[in-house]
Order: sequence, then structure tokens, then C-alpha cells
Amino acid sequence: MAYTASRLDTSFAALKAENRAGLGIFITAGDPDPETSLAIMKALPGAGADMIEFGMPFSDPMADGPSVQASSQRSLKAGGSMVKTLAQLRAFREDDKTTPVVLMGYYNPIYIYGVERFLTDAIEAGADGLIVVDLPPEEDEELCLPAVKRGLPFVRLATPTTDDARLPTVLTNTSGFLYYVSIAGVTGTAEVPIDMVTAALARLRKHTDIPIGVGFGIKTKEQAAAVGTVADACIVGSAVVDAIRDSLDGSGKATGKTVGAVTALVSDLAAGVRNARS
Amino acid sequence: MASSTPVLNSFRNGPDENGHFGIFGGRFVAETLMPLILEVEKAYLTAKGDPDFWAEMEYYRKHYIGRPSALYFAPRLTEHFGGGKLYFKRDELNHTGAHKINNVMGQALLAKRMGKTKIIAETGAGQHGVATATACALFGMECEVFMGAEDVKRQKPNVDRMRLLGAKVVPVTSGSSTLKDAMNEALRYWVSKAETHFYIIGTAAGPHPYPAMVRDFQSIIGEEVRWQLEEAEGKLPDVLVACIGGGSNAIGLFHPFLDDESVEIFGVEAAGHGIDSGEHAASLTGGNPGVLHGNRTYLLQDDDGQITEAHSISAGLDYPGIGPEHSWLHESGRVKYVSATDTDALKAFALCSKLEGIIPALEPSHALAYVGSMIGDLAKDKIVVMNLCGRGDKDLDAVIPRLEEMGEL
Repeated sequence: MAYTASRLDTSFAALKAENRAGLGIFITAGDPDPETSLAIMKALPGAGADMIEFGMPFSDPMADGPSVQASSQRSLKAGGSMVKTLAQLRAFREDDKTTPVVLMGYYNPIYIYGVERFLTDAIEAGADGLIVVDLPPEEDEELCLPAVKRGLPFVRLATPTTDDARLPTVLTNTSGFLYYVSIAGVTGTAEVPIDMVTAALARLRKHTDIPIGVGFGIKTKEQAAAVGTVADACIVGSAVVDAIRDSLDGSGKATGKTVGAVTALVSDLAAGVRNARS
Repeated sequence: MASSTPVLNSFRNGPDENGHFGIFGGRFVAETLMPLILEVEKAYLTAKGDPDFWAEMEYYRKHYIGRPSALYFAPRLTEHFGGGKLYFKRDELNHTGAHKINNVMGQALLAKRMGKTKIIAETGAGQHGVATATACALFGMECEVFMGAEDVKRQKPNVDRMRLLGAKVVPVTSGSSTLKDAMNEALRYWVSKAETHFYIIGTAAGPHPYPAMVRDFQSIIGEEVRWQLEEAEGKLPDVLVACIGGGSNAIGLFHPFLDDESVEIFGVEAAGHGIDSGEHAASLTGGNPGVLHGNRTYLLQDDDGQITEAHSISAGLDYPGIGPEHSWLHESGRVKYVSATDTDALKAFALCSKLEGIIPALEPSHALAYVGSMIGDLAKDKIVVMNLCGRGDKDLDAVIPRLEEMGEL
């Protein structure tokens, strides 16, 4: 099965026409439980998310800070798995045919699920791209090239340590958008350094015309607005899963406040992004 | 698959230029780390071909580590088992009490050549942490060691040694609070300090070039055994045995002999409460291939690719993976991988202490347990060399109550 939906391209074109950055929201599939996670996911576009980074839970998320680690753990504890991740995406797609969903995670659960089976099922479920943190260009034959062959965008990460010499290697086979990691560090542990991001994006744009999303360290409306002046998309993760965490009851179960806590944060961030260039 | 298998006229050609041993190995790390890993590889390749680097290594091996370590014929254990002759490669006599310093010295000298003065490391039993803290004290480098909170508790003497040596021990409380989590945390920290810090990985695992580099630094073990046994017996060993967690002491002993067909080679994994109990650390015997900590290798994991917790009484073997070269040697059949339980290892620990006056670490006690199960069936002229890769002082708190319980003490 080949990917033909191109929801990322459509979305970035629309954002360009509106002259604003998009808001990408990260959640982990099945956090804090399958039902609540689906309810959160369905509420994201209405709250102002333009794109969803959909985390595939993993026991050993090596590029993630404590917030996303805890999110993965909550999902796994509630029975999270690749099968359930894809089922949640499928359920989301029953109602939403336009919001791009990029699957984000680590390679091992994909490798164990089986690369070809994964690509078939992910495309069928309605995924619009892949971000796999521990697959640098040196390992392109594992998943990137098979995905590209099916037309499914493989979104690469560029970081503050990706210099001009290495950048062409990173950009080769990158599609959908380029994800610029704003800090040399793991998710959610430092605040986005706006000046450095502005300089980095200017440098990246000399090498590519592909849209650039920026993530790692955006937590507030103000930060989203600042990044939104220079990036094509702002991606927020740790603050979102922290909002989920803070809404849970004493035993870690979802409460009546959980979905609302996320949508309130997303609405706030969306306002930041939408006002960035006005 | 990502790479072609090297031509199999030799078992010693790996890895290929992308760090693959067959399908195993590779560089599965976040982009932030890639430039640094490529820099480490380049620096290592340069150092490897530089006689000055090896002259410096040789100096520290001889005058600081105390190499060559003895190759010792163990007469009373040989008599006790009643079969082949047992030799110990005495790597527990190295400065800091284990084989770990062989590798640390190489990587610390490499870091020094690269102009890095800040070092991080992960540790399980604490032996690699102590060795790293030692080299950092020697070279005046800053040292931070990541150690699972559970291991901090069960290996307190080593924690104190690291502190004395000037290192900062960072307890890791994520996941199962053991070696796997310490490595996750060290990698996370490294991502944030990639431009200033050198990560001294303690075992023959992690992203390329680490598995090959660690093997090269540990291969001094097997190289010495070759000439020492030639002097003592005028022949090659018939059997080599070493314990395996990540597998650095084992690959160091095995690698120089991989192309000597007459040499039978056994790696001994930790079977914990028994392979069937599910509570063990035997990645090859009880796991399957996956990707973790920068390389593809055999892992303990569930059907969904989630890494499961290892179990072993030995903190140094308590790891759900294994070095990628061992995975390849396992699939190629060159090395046979077996296992020994906690109880087997404890019995061997007591036996070696009583009969040879050597208190072995729990890690090589697993190797000795396997030796005890097979050497009795060998002819008297057969020679078994076992790597006694660490001394047991650090384990007494954990071992003594268990031995008393078992009636062995």
C-alpha cells in the first residue's frame, strides 16, 4: 500500500497562505489510558492543533526527558502497544480526514512489529509521516528508504550539532518537513533559545525549501509566539503530557478534567502561534 | 538488511565501515550525537594507526595497570573437578580489580588526544565507574558516573571508591534503576553535553565505533594468554571460558583466538533464577534481536519490542542486551553461549575462595560455575583458560548472607 494523502503538504500550504506557523502537539498514544487518549486526540484540532505528533510508547526513550518518559510509562502501564497505537490512529481518522498525524518514537517497537507490516498498517491507519529518533541517515536502509518508497514522508531531525558539512546528509531523503531540535539535549528540559533558533533557521533555509518545524523546549504561549515568527511550525510535547499528568487523580487515573486541561493549554498555545506574525 | 556480511574466511574482520557485524551493531543514535560519534570514530582510527598512541598505552599498561596479568594454573580446582587443566587469566589483579581499566585507559587516552577534559560513564557493578574515576584522577579530568539507584545500594564500596577518586556519582531512578537505565541516562546527558564531554562506554556495546574500540582495547587479554600459555604449555588452549554481561572481558579473551579452529569457546550468561523462570539476564539464550543503546543485538524484550528487566545477583551482568559482536558470533556458531544461575555462581564463588585463595567477583563466578560443569569430562591434557575478570571484595555484602542461607559458609 502506498501513501497518497499528502496531508502535511496541504496543511503547510494552507498555513503559508494564512501567513502563520502551525502548531504541532505531541501526545503519547494511550496516555493515560486508551479511551482518554483518543478523546484528547479528537479534541486537539478543535483546540487549535494543526498537526499531531503521535508518540509510539517505548520503555527506553533515550532522547526524552522525564515528562515524556513518564508519559510513555503511563501508556505502557495501561496496556499500550504498537497495535493499540495504530488502532487509536484509525479511530481518530474515522472523524478527521485532514489533520496530519506524524508517528514519533524509537525504532525497536517498529523493528519488532516488522518494517513492511508497520508501513502497511501505519499508512492504512492514516499516518502522514514518521519521526524515528534513533534512526540517523547512516541507518536509512532500515526504515527511511522503505517508507520513502511507499511515499510516506520520513521527517528528519536537525540539531544544533548538525553543522553545514553534515546538513546535506540529514536533508537527503527528508520529506514532509524538517524537525529542528532547538536545544542540544533531551525533550522538555530547557527553554527554547529564540535567538539561536532564529540564526539556525536562517542557516537551514540556505540549504532547503522544505517547511521547518521547531520543537524541544517550547512550553508557553509566549515561546510559541516567538518561535512562530520564524518557524513553519511550533511543536509542543512535554508541556502537554505534563498537563495530562497534573490532571490525574492520586492513583494516576484520568479525571473529568484531563481532556479539558489539554485543550485549555492547546488553545492558549494556538493563540500564541496565531498572533505571532500580526 | 543494512549491510553485507563480511567475507567469512575470518571471524576477526568485523565490523564493516558502518559498524555492522553481520546484521548486528550499527549506529542507532539521535542526530544530536551523530557528529560526535563520527568524530570519535575518526579520532580512534587515527590513534589505532599511530605507534605513539600504542606506546603510551603500553606505558600505562605496564606501569599503572600492572600488565601483563598472570596466567595462573589453578591446581586445587583442577584436582577438585578431576578432568582438564584449569588456568585463570588473572585480570582481577589489574589496578582497580577488574578488566575494565584496560578499556578505560584506551578511551581516556583517546579523549585526551581529542582535547576532551570532561568524562561521563555508566556503571553497573561499579567496576567500570571506579576504573573511569581512576583514569580521570590520573589525567586530571572531570568525571561523572551514572549508576542505577539499585546498584548504588548493592555496590556501596565502589560508590565510595568513586567518590574518593573525585568522581561525581549520579544515582539513576528511572526504569528498573539498574545498568540499562544508567546507560539511558548517560546517553541523555551526553546529548546535552555532546560538544564538551567524552562518553567512556564500559562494555563492547553502544553505537559504532564503541563495540570495536572496546574490543580492541580488551584484546590484550587474549593476546597475553596466547604467549603466556605457549610459554607454560607450548600450545594453544583447548577451551576458553568467560562470563558475559555486555561482553567486554569475553570478547577481549576470545577475539585473538577466533580463527584458531581447535579452540572451543564458551560465553557464560547470567541465568539469574533460571532461564525458565523468566528472571535472568541471558540475552542470547532467552532474547531475540532488537535495537537498543545505539546497536542492533540480542535483547530481552516482550512481543511489542518493549525492553524487559534483566535479573542477576551480579550487578555487572544485570543488563538486557549484549555486545553486537557476540550476537554475530552466536549466530555464526563460532562461540557457544551457555548460562549459569545465581545459585551456581554463588557456589563457585565460595569454592574458588576456599580452594585457590582467590575471592572472585560474582561475574567470573558464573564462568567458573560453567567450567565446573564441563571440565570434569575433559581429558587430563586438555587446557581450559577462564578469564577471572574481577575480584570479589565488592560483592561481600551481597554474597555473605546468601552463602550463609545456603549453608556454604
